[in-house]
Amino acid sequence: MADAPKNTEHDIVAKPLRHPGRVVAAVIITVILGLFVWSLVSAKTIDHDVIFKYLFDIKIIQGMGLTVLLTVLSMVIATALATALAVMKLSDNRLLRIVATGYIEFFRGTPLLLQIVFWGYLGIIYPNIIIGLPFTDVVWFNQPTSAVISSFAAGLIALSLNEAAYAAEIVRAGILSVDKGQNEAAKSLGMSGWYTMRRIVLPQAMRVILPPMGNETISMLKSTSLLQVIAVSELYTIANQISSQNLAQIELLVVAGFWYLVLNTILGFPQRSLERKFGRGFETNALTRTAKVGINVGG
Amino acid sequence: MSADNLPMVRALSVRKTFGQNEVLKGITLDVKQGEVLCLLGPSGSGKSTFLRCINHLETIDGGRIYVGDELIGYRQVGDVLHELHPADIAKQRSSIGMVFQRFNLFPHLTAIENVIEAPVGVKGISREDAIARGKELLARVGLADRADFYPSELSGGQQQRVAIARALAMDPALMLFDEPTSALDPELVGDVLDVMRDLAKSGMTMIVVTHEIGFAREVADTVVFMDQGVVVEAGTPSQVLDFPQNERTKSFLRSVL
Repeated sequence: MADAPKNTEHDIVAKPLRHPGRVVAAVIITVILGLFVWSLVSAKTIDHDVIFKYLFDIKIIQGMGLTVLLTVLSMVIATALATALAVMKLSDNRLLRIVATGYIEFFRGTPLLLQIVFWGYLGIIYPNIIIGLPFTDVVWFNQPTSAVISSFAAGLIALSLNEAAYAAEIVRAGILSVDKGQNEAAKSLGMSGWYTMRRIVLPQAMRVILPPMGNETISMLKSTSLLQVIAVSELYTIANQISSQNLAQIELLVVAGFWYLVLNTILGFPQRSLERKFGRGFETNALTRTAKVGINVGG
Repeated sequence: MSADNLPMVRALSVRKTFGQNEVLKGITLDVKQGEVLCLLGPSGSGKSTFLRCINHLETIDGGRIYVGDELIGYRQVGDVLHELHPADIAKQRSSIGMVFQRFNLFPHLTAIENVIEAPVGVKGISREDAIARGKELLARVGLADRADFYPSELSGGQQQRVAIARALAMDPALMLFDEPTSALDPELVGDVLDVMRDLAKSGMTMIVVTHEIGFAREVADTVVFMDQGVVVEAGTPSQVLDFPQNERTKSFLRSVL
């Protein structure tokens, strides 16, 4: 063995390794970003007063409200539908599997914009919505389609049905991520299939489902702007209407863009708290609690 | 569930095939009320599969399994068998406790929540009663102070003892153990075997698939040696473990002792 180094009983005191590349990269990026922001702020083509005037305009705020409402409602409807589709796709019943697969293929395979326009035009295909006994004269309900399905409802249906197809695959992956032994343990305790799904499998699947569903929610918030084509008064439609009158297109795009960014940032909070709730009992936070409980209770 | 003169478990010529592979080739055995039966055998002998057939986690391809006076998985009318509705199968399972090699505790629930889930959700016992009884059971397996711990916060041996308490919470007439100590670190095996020993003393009918020869010798009333899907030898621990008659039993015991 070579000469033993001295002072090995002390903590290591060493000069940190330098990273000159990181400093250079930071400077370059800061300069480029600064120049870009300056170009926007100093641009004579953008009227900054118009941006601030409309940022808190009542119509813009109302449009935002509708955007949030559409996002929340369609995510709730889509998640419920997606869970049903996922369970159908995993079912032993071949017909249910085929129906679910067909649904998913259809709604993922056609553009969302096309689906939105389709639901908006539903009144042209079916002028009246009639509920009664088929092939008889018995009719309980008969109204013009336009009266029953407003553009808001058409938009909500379009977004929900489309999203359900994507979310179904996420929920299915979540269900499949739960260990097979969980099902066997539940069965051996006399639990029914539905009970097991609701109380044992889905709560564990949530851990895998939530992060991608957060992505889907962000995506949904932005997709609501597509409802402009069927004149739903959400944020982008309103901004568009205002700018078509005052011709400040860029300024109102900035206003709308700002609020989409703010809303999506806010959406991150419930996401994180849900992830914590369904993460209970799984490795990362369990370790910290064990550490707090102490190690004097081994065994 | 059973009259006094009936065996707790009666298996008649039980056959099971996975694809081309016949893993159970006609298993016939009785387990009396209060009896502890240890199933030994090399891996792939079909012993775990047989255990899983008893609570219908696996369906059988031939023969009959009775637990108490109930035919497992089917209803026999004359010579015709009718598949039972899942709800009826669930009911049969609820009086048969099972403990798994990999514990299979519910990781999102604490120890006490694991124990009360089925009594509350399946049997409809009130939450308060279930918690009181659940705490007794956790105390019985030596884990009274671990009620509010999640499975990930417990050692393997503790998890397996919670799993035993969870099965007992349904007041089963029969307990099935599928290699309950095989996934444990050697120093944790003892605690789990102690709990099983106490359970056997209390008169529980138990079928235990195990590699613990010492446990089988000490606790079992009957030892059954299985190989390649058949019962090779059965008898008291002394008969099978000390004076094995069959060459396959002898060579297996030589390899594990």
